[in-house]
Amino acid sequence: MKLIINGETENHDVQTLAELLAYAQYTESTIATAVNGEFVPKEDREGCHLSDGDQIEILAPMQGG
Amino acid sequence: MTDPVTFYDVPVQSRLLLGTARYPTPEILKESITQSQAEIITVSLRRESATKRHGQDFWGMIQQMGKHILPNTAGCHSVKEAVTTAHMAREVFQTDWIKLELIGDNDTLQPDVFGLVEAAKILCAEGFKVFPYTTDDLIVAERLLAVGCCVLMPWGAPIGSGRGLNDPYSLRTMRAYFPNIPLVVDAGIGLPSHAAQAMELGYDAILLNTAVAKSGDPVVMATAFAKAIEAGRQAYLANPMEMLDMAAPSTPVIGKAFDV
Repeated sequence: MKLIINGETENHDVQTLAELLAYAQYTESTIATAVNGEFVPKEDREGCHLSDGDQIEILAPMQGG
Repeated sequence: MTDPVTFYDVPVQSRLLLGTARYPTPEILKESITQSQAEIITVSLRRESATKRHGQDFWGMIQQMGKHILPNTAGCHSVKEAVTTAHMAREVFQTDWIKLELIGDNDTLQPDVFGLVEAAKILCAEGFKVFPYTTDDLIVAERLLAVGCCVLMPWGAPIGSGRGLNDPYSLRTMRAYFPNIPLVVDAGIGLPSHAAQAMELGYDAILLNTAVAKSGDPVVMATAFAKAIEAGRQAYLANPMEMLDMAAPSTPVIGKAFDV
């Protein structure tokens, strides 16, 4: 299915947000996630089922003022 | 001399809150933080590259420094964006502190104070310790306090402009109006003298980033700001003399020679 990940359209064969993050090798990373504008806490990623066209944000610590 | 400032029950000695963006290199950032003596540093959340993972390196370096982390919601234009970003920041940075920025205009980066109050109300109710980036409007400030903010951060001038204090009168009024609320001038500072001026007005601390990061030598500038902020604070505590319209001789007139 098509997923929009950090603004880029990609095709992935995954069922959940946790599967997507594992596939993209984010498992060890310090990140926060949101799907369609809603925050998805770490403990909820396993149960977060994805659908075609979902917009996923994967954010990491960055410099800021 | 021990003269801490306290934010949400956390006392810190340094009255400089330093941003971490726009430095020439990570090494210069690290040394600038060290020389600034800042105990609170601001950070953000941004999209992580799937291949480069810059965020992980940055976070690893910051964690080693043992500072208090103040995540921001920079760039958010709606209450929804700001609240969601705050939720994400709390999970990543493991802190309830949030520098709440809600931008109302892209040219001036002026805060959308209406959305700011609304977002602050939601976040304070959820247990966040909100540091709102606001204007010097007293009524907005009262609303922010009413919804649970215990710190106010009015701008000195537009973010990144380096113009200093555009309206010292309003900032002085704000200080007088809220004598017991921690007040931080956030944004617009360009020179150490600007920071000293704000501290002389009685502000509790200064939050700045670009003035250090985009100077020719950020490490030296960080040192200069630390000294200026300490000097301004001491001057405020020393109760400056009143300004006069006319001259007043400093050398005693009595006993002067040649007087008839």
